[in-house]
Amino acid sequence: MFVGAIFFPLLGACISGFLGRWIGDRAAQWSTVACMVLAAICGSAAFGQVALGGHPLVQLIWTWMDVGGLEVSWALRYDTLSVVMVAMVTFISTLIHLYSVGYMSHDATPARFFAYLSLFTFMMLMLVTADNLAQLFFGWEGVGLASYLLIGYWYDRESANRAAMKAFIVNRVGDVFFMLGLALTFYIFGSIEFATIFPAVEAHAADRFLGIPAIELIGVLLFLGACGKSAQLGLHTWLPDAMEGPTPVSALIHAATMVTAGVFLVCRMSPLMEYAPVALTVVTVVGASTAFFAATIGCVQNDIKRVIAYSTCSQLGYMFFAAGVGAYQVAMFHLFTHAFFKALLFLGAGSVIHAMSDEQDIRRMGGIWTKIPVTYAVMWIGNLALAGIPFFAGYYSKDAILEAAYAAGGGAAAYAWVLGMAAAFLTAFYSWRLLILTFHGEPRADHHVMEHVHESPLVMLIPLIVLAAGAVLTGYLFAPLFIGEHAHEFWHEAIFNGPHNHILHEMHEVPHWVPLAPTVMGVAGIALAYVMYMAMPALPARLARMFSARPEMVRNLPLIPAEGAEQQTEPNPGGLYGFLLKKWYFDELYDAIFVRPARRLANVFWKVGDAQIIDGMPNGAGSLAVEASRGAVRLQTGRVANYAFAMIIGLVVFVSLFLFVG
Amino acid sequence: MNAVGFPLLSLITFLPLVGAGIIMSVRGEDAVIARNARWIALWTSLIVLLLSLILWVRFDPSTAAFQFEERLAWLPEFGVGYHMGVDGISVLFVLLSTALTPLCILASWEAIETRVREYMISFLILETMMVGMFCALDFIIFYVFFEAVLIPMFLIIGVWGGPRRVYAAFKFFLYTLLGSVLMLLAILYLWYNAGTTDIPELFEQAVPRAAQTWIFFAFLASFAVKVPMWPVHTWLPDAHVEAPTAGSVILAGVLLKMGAYGFLRFSLPLLPEASAEFAPLIFVLSVVAVVYTSLVALAQEDMKKLIAYSSVAHMGIVTIGIFTFNQQGLSGALFTMLAHGVVSGALFLCVGVLYDRVHSREILRYGGVAQIMPSYAMVFMLFTMASIGLPGLANFVGEFLVIIGAWAVNPWVAFGAALGMVLGAGYMLYLYRRVSFGRITREDLRALLDLSPREYTVFAPLILLTLWMGVYPQSFLSFFEVSVAALLQRHEAALGAARLAGM
Repeated sequence: MFVGAIFFPLLGACISGFLGRWIGDRAAQWSTVACMVLAAICGSAAFGQVALGGHPLVQLIWTWMDVGGLEVSWALRYDTLSVVMVAMVTFISTLIHLYSVGYMSHDATPARFFAYLSLFTFMMLMLVTADNLAQLFFGWEGVGLASYLLIGYWYDRESANRAAMKAFIVNRVGDVFFMLGLALTFYIFGSIEFATIFPAVEAHAADRFLGIPAIELIGVLLFLGACGKSAQLGLHTWLPDAMEGPTPVSALIHAATMVTAGVFLVCRMSPLMEYAPVALTVVTVVGASTAFFAATIGCVQNDIKRVIAYSTCSQLGYMFFAAGVGAYQVAMFHLFTHAFFKALLFLGAGSVIHAMSDEQDIRRMGGIWTKIPVTYAVMWIGNLALAGIPFFAGYYSKDAILEAAYAAGGGAAAYAWVLGMAAAFLTAFYSWRLLILTFHGEPRADHHVMEHVHESPLVMLIPLIVLAAGAVLTGYLFAPLFIGEHAHEFWHEAIFNGPHNHILHEMHEVPHWVPLAPTVMGVAGIALAYVMYMAMPALPARLARMFSARPEMVRNLPLIPAEGAEQQTEPNPGGLYGFLLKKWYFDELYDAIFVRPARRLANVFWKVGDAQIIDGMPNGAGSLAVEASRGAVRLQTGRVANYAFAMIIGLVVFVSLFLFVG
Repeated sequence: MNAVGFPLLSLITFLPLVGAGIIMSVRGEDAVIARNARWIALWTSLIVLLLSLILWVRFDPSTAAFQFEERLAWLPEFGVGYHMGVDGISVLFVLLSTALTPLCILASWEAIETRVREYMISFLILETMMVGMFCALDFIIFYVFFEAVLIPMFLIIGVWGGPRRVYAAFKFFLYTLLGSVLMLLAILYLWYNAGTTDIPELFEQAVPRAAQTWIFFAFLASFAVKVPMWPVHTWLPDAHVEAPTAGSVILAGVLLKMGAYGFLRFSLPLLPEASAEFAPLIFVLSVVAVVYTSLVALAQEDMKKLIAYSSVAHMGIVTIGIFTFNQQGLSGALFTMLAHGVVSGALFLCVGVLYDRVHSREILRYGGVAQIMPSYAMVFMLFTMASIGLPGLANFVGEFLVIIGAWAVNPWVAFGAALGMVLGAGYMLYLYRRVSFGRITREDLRALLDLSPREYTVFAPLILLTLWMGVYPQSFLSFFEVSVAALLQRHEAALGAARLAGM
């Protein structure tokens, strides 16, 4: 059962990937779905036994490596923290597999798609059940690989290839820090097994490395790694571009797998993070900033999937600052509920895109709610949950996060609370902007598209309905377990709260207006969206012009459907609107700081460094030898390359002396 | 005499020469000669591989001593003898050489059409030299093999290579030979100092501190070129580009390991103080190699050149690991050497598959290959990911251990090595994207055939090895664990003694 939950998806991936060509597409699809169902059954059973029954265990598989005190095993660690993830990942992934059967029915190579999808799930499961940092890194990189393959699934599109590469490389930047954090962990603790590290944290709390408290440094390095995977401010640029993948992939990346890995890591390392207050402050500030920053961008995007993508980014920020104030349980709770309604929103968006003949621009939608009523209803539910409207799943978790931030006190927590409240308002606003523009108003698509608008097949609707039920119920059902008065019994030892950390208790004792505030912000956001897009549809464009440097470039809202001109680059109107539309110019900034200089440097190194200086030297030496044999020994060779070469060598010697001896 | 009762190592070393002799004696028409030469070479190399598997089974990993030893007096009055043996550090390289040779012969089956007989003879001689070099336990014997490797390789590049083969062959030969001259001087000094060239005996003799420095640099001159380390690496891309596919495989798979093996076998044990003193220099050169050559790889337009530059970056990781002087670093370096031998060899084979069909190495000549050759794309993806260092595949374990080992010495070195992770992902994915993904831009590519059964046979063992090394590296790590520990112990002891003497 414990092994099955993890390895059934791998089995499915192998069947579909290697045998797909022989057994046919249908058999390949359904075999992966069957494997996922088995995994989900195992996962739920494991949840019952480990989390509800209270029997954590570690299932050893075999030794990975054992080098001079560095022992690393392949093992499955089942405690409440991991089993929550296992149950959630297998369940949601099964629904996404099922949905994909309908969504990818017109695709040319569905066997390949399902193989990747199952591989993705397997890697995520390896990540969450890791018993040591190295296996966690295996899953960590594995989801990176799977997302790379899935984002670039339609590899004949240049944009998909670029997005896939970007996702992998930006993730790799985070991974460097993860790797260094891992190396430092080994250096301090002499082990990277969780079972060895965690009890030893207290004994090493005063250790210093290069004059910095070692535990803090580990915390920050691992968090920087988490930033890459969870798309936090600075390393978030890959996430919106990841929308190039098929929609079920976006659902899988954003809901169950991949982006939640960073939050999971911080919670998994809670015994260590609790002794790293500075690192936790960093987590809080970065998380809160991301929550706000991504929400502002979400308000002006026009691609249905990108809006939801930025909302994920923003919600991950919430999870991080919850963990940052010490409320890991709350962060995990939001991760759990978020998985349901975010999967719902993406799959719902997929259903809309499917109905609209692959149109993704919400400016070319509208007026379709009567034609696809089920999709419309589930999108409502998803957005209600996202906006944190009472009694939907998101209400319980998001409220708890903001209460925890309020209760924690201190500068960083206050900063997080303020930005969190603002983001709650923006979240509700962009959710209803999306909802209204997509479904209501005059139809803005051309009549060919409108004629074809149709509800999705049953195989796609069933997952939507199940997820909608989840988006309604998971908050109410699981709140007592995850964050209630008896939460410690549920979590056992899986999450550690320091002796002075009573946040779970204190968050229930905030003033009465605090729990109400997020709801008020949410309702206000919805009201504003209603006014702007329903009551006065001309207002948004006017506002956009007002905050642009070049107003004439803002496009009118009832966009004239341009035949064949889809996906052309958006003009940049400048000003505040342009700033938001261009996503705070992060892409442009990185391009100018990293990408282009690296290219230029590469060419200089190659054409000048290698071809002229280094290769010039032996050729120079050769000619020198010839001259010497003629008896014309000269001190000066007269070759620039020789001098340059000598200088390089000299510089290297000098630098090494300076760095290591001085 | 030794564990198996017959001179196994000599047999493995010289059997390929016998095969070469048989090929030489084949008479008949050209086509008959070619066919016979191929089959004889394949069978010879397979028998050698089977024999070498005895090493895998019978090698005792629990001791650091040399095993399967053979001794013959040769010039006793000079203290020079024929002495062969393997320990945990060298045994897997013997296996790597004997495993790659049959694959190379298979890979050249159809690609080589002219002078097949001479080509196969060169390859078998090359195998003898490689195996002999890793088995030699006498410095003179080692030196002979070490230098003699160059001759068949020089011929393979110079005769069967691409258009600029003569330039590349000479560059390769001169570069690698020049460094070796200094090493010969160092060997002469060591012989003069100790009265013997027997390697285990040399280990017992301390080299005077003053002499260590210049001997270290003499060795460095020779080994750094072979590794190759920055800035003496430029012969490698040229040699790779012009070499035939199988030549590149051996060059990347085995020949590049000779330099690093030299450091491990000679520099560290014989010159402990100088090695410790100049480790920072090696670190700087290695980190520069990792960053510099990774960036250069990013700009390449030729597939083989790109992979050649990536080899330099990977070998930078190896040299960092060697000079960390700790168990993780050294084991990581050894493992990276093996993994790189398998993976970069496989990557050159991947390039070879396309080259055989289209006769172009230019990246822009391709595009959308994944659509035409799906199986090939899958194999290529696997090795691309292995080269990037994806956990679960071969290269990761080595890089991971080196970074951990380097951190204990200097975190900035570890950071430099880790930077290779990002840059490596950059250039390899960029290569893969331009070759395999995208739209099919050239109509003639549509006619390409996917992997043939012969090519599957070549790739299958490499795929298995890559996965095996990634998922269960312990079966390889355990071979050199004790030897590495013993090496480190000796190193520590020597440094301790030197410190005492200095007080």
